Amino acid sequence: MTLTQADIDQEIATRHAAYEKGIADGAPVEHQPRRDYAPYRSSVLRHPKQPPVAIDVSKDPELVELSSPAFGERDITEIDNDLTRQHHGEPIGERITVSGRLLDREGRPIRGQLVEIWQANSAGRYAHQREQHDAPLDPNFTGVGRTLTDDDGHYHFTTIQPGPYPWRQHLNAWRPAHIHFSLFGTAFTQRLVTQMYFPSDPLFPYDPIIQSVTDDAARQRLVATYDHGLSVPEFSLGYVWDIVLDGPHATWMEEGR
Amino acid sequence: MTKIDTNRPETVLPTPSHTVGPFYGHALPFPGGGDIAPVGHPDTITLQGYVLDGAGDPLPDAFVELWGPDPDGNVPQVDGSMRRDPASGGFLGRNGVEFTGWGRVQTDTDGHWTARTLRPGARGRNAPYLSVCVFARGLLVHLYTRIYLPGDEAALAADPLLSRVEETRRGTLIAEDRGDGTLRFDIRLQGEGETVFLEYR
Repeated sequence: MTLTQADIDQEIATRHAAYEKGIADGAPVEHQPRRDYAPYRSSVLRHPKQPPVAIDVSKDPELVELSSPAFGERDITEIDNDLTRQHHGEPIGERITVSGRLLDREGRPIRGQLVEIWQANSAGRYAHQREQHDAPLDPNFTGVGRTLTDDDGHYHFTTIQPGPYPWRQHLNAWRPAHIHFSLFGTAFTQRLVTQMYFPSDPLFPYDPIIQSVTDDAARQRLVATYDHGLSVPEFSLGYVWDIVLDGPHATWMEEGR
Repeated sequence: MTKIDTNRPETVLPTPSHTVGPFYGHALPFPGGGDIAPVGHPDTITLQGYVLDGAGDPLPDAFVELWGPDPDGNVPQVDGSMRRDPASGGFLGRNGVEFTGWGRVQTDTDGHWTARTLRPGARGRNAPYLSVCVFARGLLVHLYTRIYLPGDEAALAADPLLSRVEETRRGTLIAEDRGDGTLRFDIRLQGEGETVFLEYR
């Protein structure tokens, strides 16, 4: 039997109601999705069933996970953060500016760390060979960018508004428009890969990937805010998206960084 | 709300994780990602393994990141893992001399990955290990594990983590010496022989 959107909606609602009931009964807020989230079918065989073994980082300053790889000016080119300038011609679509700060749980900026992004083009197609969606490729858009955060933890990208796209998990499955982000902190324990969404996307309720974050407030933290002050006259619309890295880190290692 | 007011600590809450999805292949992997060891370094080790799902099938769309100290146990603070060419906009590869300690390798269509890095030195009371971060389509939050090296049984027995892991599962954290110059480390995401994954608090 064909898996329909109604089937997935039902599963999402069941998970959400169970989470809400847990919160009402005093369970802790879950800022992260569970790896076991069946409405996103690809997770079914790809999540561990054994609980993770916990390591208290405060007990051992020698853990290699308390440090993080270094990235520098050699690892990026000047136009890596401008996805509209990587080819001879102009990409098609609405130009956008995406900017924000990379912070730790104490709200302190994370400086000089690598931010990588990737995304579909304005028609909702990735420049990836395995991508079978028949929307047009854009010869002037690859959809890949990199930058280093500055001394205030700021990052800044110029790109094209990505399109939503169908993904065949179930009949009429569509991903809301998003930009993938990969981030490093001062500790390897803070590593994060996630997706940034755009305000008021009508596809949010139907998408099991964003809904895998069952906490309503946490899910909102994946949605950028339109910022007219960040829009560039005659050029681009501005979105601001601050990112907070979870995971413990050692304050004594941050001096001089 | 995604403009965070750092003067209000209660609003500084973590950004949730998401899967890398299927289409990171033109973005994240880079040439020489697994060639972490400087060229010709005598302390080079070669690692290889599969990433497998709960049905035992290999994942053609996963990648792993490795992070480890140098043979003296020192953590590198050297950039240049993914040197870029300002002229062409492409990748230059590592310079073959410096050791950054970090690499990223994707699985091939058989779910197999390989990397060459330097044999990590011990730090503190820990047996030598490499930290591993696993990403894949379908994996909503990446997974951490460690690759310990076989051979020094005394160091392994005294390791603070390994000594807490039940005997039957400990082996999933220790690479296997293949006798052909390579160390094998498979990552089983689920089911029989499931790898021990770690959570840092």
